Amino acid sequence: MIEGYGNLVIEHFKNPKNMGEIKNPDAVGELGNPTCGDIMKVFLKVEKNKLGEDIIKDIKFQTMGCVAAIATSSMTTELVKGKTLKEAKKITNMDVARSLGKLPPIKMHCSNMAADALHQAIDNYEAKNK
Amino acid sequence: MVRLQRMYWMCGDKKMKKIYLDNAATTQVDKRVVKTMVPYFTEKYGNASSQHLIGQEAKRAMEEARSIIARSINASYDEIFFTSGGTEANNFVLKGLFFENKKTDKNHIITTKIEHDCVLNSCKWLETQGVRVTYLDVDEKGFVDPNEVKKAITPKTFVVSIIHGNNEIGTIQDIEAIGKICKEKNVYFHTDACQSFTKTKLNVKKQNLDFVTLNAHKIHGPKGVGALYIKKNTKITPLLHGGGHEKNLRSGTENIPGIIGFAKSVKIASMFDVMRMNKLRDKLIIGILRIPGTKLNGATGNQRLCNNINICFGNIEGEAIGGYLDTYGISSSTGSACSSNTLEISHVLKAIKCTDLEANTSIRLSISKFTTEKEINYTLAVMAKVVEKLRKISPIKI
Repeated sequence: MIEGYGNLVIEHFKNPKNMGEIKNPDAVGELGNPTCGDIMKVFLKVEKNKLGEDIIKDIKFQTMGCVAAIATSSMTTELVKGKTLKEAKKITNMDVARSLGKLPPIKMHCSNMAADALHQAIDNYEAKNK
Repeated sequence: MVRLQRMYWMCGDKKMKKIYLDNAATTQVDKRVVKTMVPYFTEKYGNASSQHLIGQEAKRAMEEARSIIARSINASYDEIFFTSGGTEANNFVLKGLFFENKKTDKNHIITTKIEHDCVLNSCKWLETQGVRVTYLDVDEKGFVDPNEVKKAITPKTFVVSIIHGNNEIGTIQDIEAIGKICKEKNVYFHTDACQSFTKTKLNVKKQNLDFVTLNAHKIHGPKGVGALYIKKNTKITPLLHGGGHEKNLRSGTENIPGIIGFAKSVKIASMFDVMRMNKLRDKLIIGILRIPGTKLNGATGNQRLCNNINICFGNIEGEAIGGYLDTYGISSSTGSACSSNTLEISHVLKAIKCTDLEANTSIRLSISKFTTEKEINYTLAVMAKVVEKLRKISPIKI
């Protein structure tokens, strides 16, 4: 059922942040959910900060999914933009859900996978830049 | 359809337009219906089983209502049995016939893969009781092949139950052809006509129907009341035992205001409304199909319910489309997995061979006699915007 979304979820759904594509990304992560058919694609631009650490300079999501899928994608970008890859790797789907406030329980395991998509992009980046 | 839900939580702004395009879920009660019901709450509140004046007044009104409903499907007034709605009527037919046939060797039901959940789940329960159920396939438009019905009938078959107008995709079955086969084979024929009642012709004699499920709230009547047509001299075991109401077949004090409202909604239903809805439906379908990459689910023309539109968008998810439409005040519903309790796609879309992606990217809009051309124009304009916005953020390109 649809009821059970908090205001912040609705806000991120209505005005999702950082959605779209990055031209010439440094890494891409893609994740599909076989249960409900959601698909997410995340693009990263990575730069080094003054300390020489890799940071997420820019991040964008493309999402085909429900209200929760779009909101979690949007929230994830807000949480990790400007963060180091090390910090971003620590962010879990639970952190994203918590930041959004209220997700219906049934959506916790299906549409809430934006952090996993992000981790995949980071893994791809690290594999490429070993 | 369990998964079809109006996303009212976004309509915070009271001034926002409200365009209700979920009439296959339920309809606005017609004011004339409400008006005829009110005295039966406040003045003529008698129990139809009581012998006194007030009771008999209620009984007379109920019997008149019964006649109105009977006439509308070419039945006789003593063939109409009031129930609490479509779900009860469908349960009554399937389980009542099962109990009736328990002492015989008949233990087979034929139905389809596109029935309403109350038929499918009744069948699933009956399977646990030893009944064999054949779930017939449908073609890509949602039609049952009458020849397949014929082939499936065995000497053990006690009922063929096939939905008349489908609630999700609007396909109207050729029940006359199926009725003819059932008559030839001497098997009971039941149709669930909750969606099609008053929208397309129902004639129990011409269509050889033994049982028909009807309800009020899909036709601008009140919720909580429906009826089952049972052909004269048909034996069925009641599910509800009690004071012997409805000729011992459905005990429980009759919902008189509901029944009065039900009959009124039947009385005021008009073929002119159906013709108008057909036009608006096609305008909406043609308008949406102008958006590239879209496809209509279900049949067209007179073989489709006049109020049903079901479109697949290919690369944007149904619940998300519905969510955005709701921000513009438009109520819709979807068969996508995301919006269901079980995270499963609609069994109807699956049966018409939609892929998971197609089912997940489909929405249903259902109009009513109250829908205006202005609302259709507004919906088309909003739809174009919503689709553009969602397609921009979709990883699947069309």
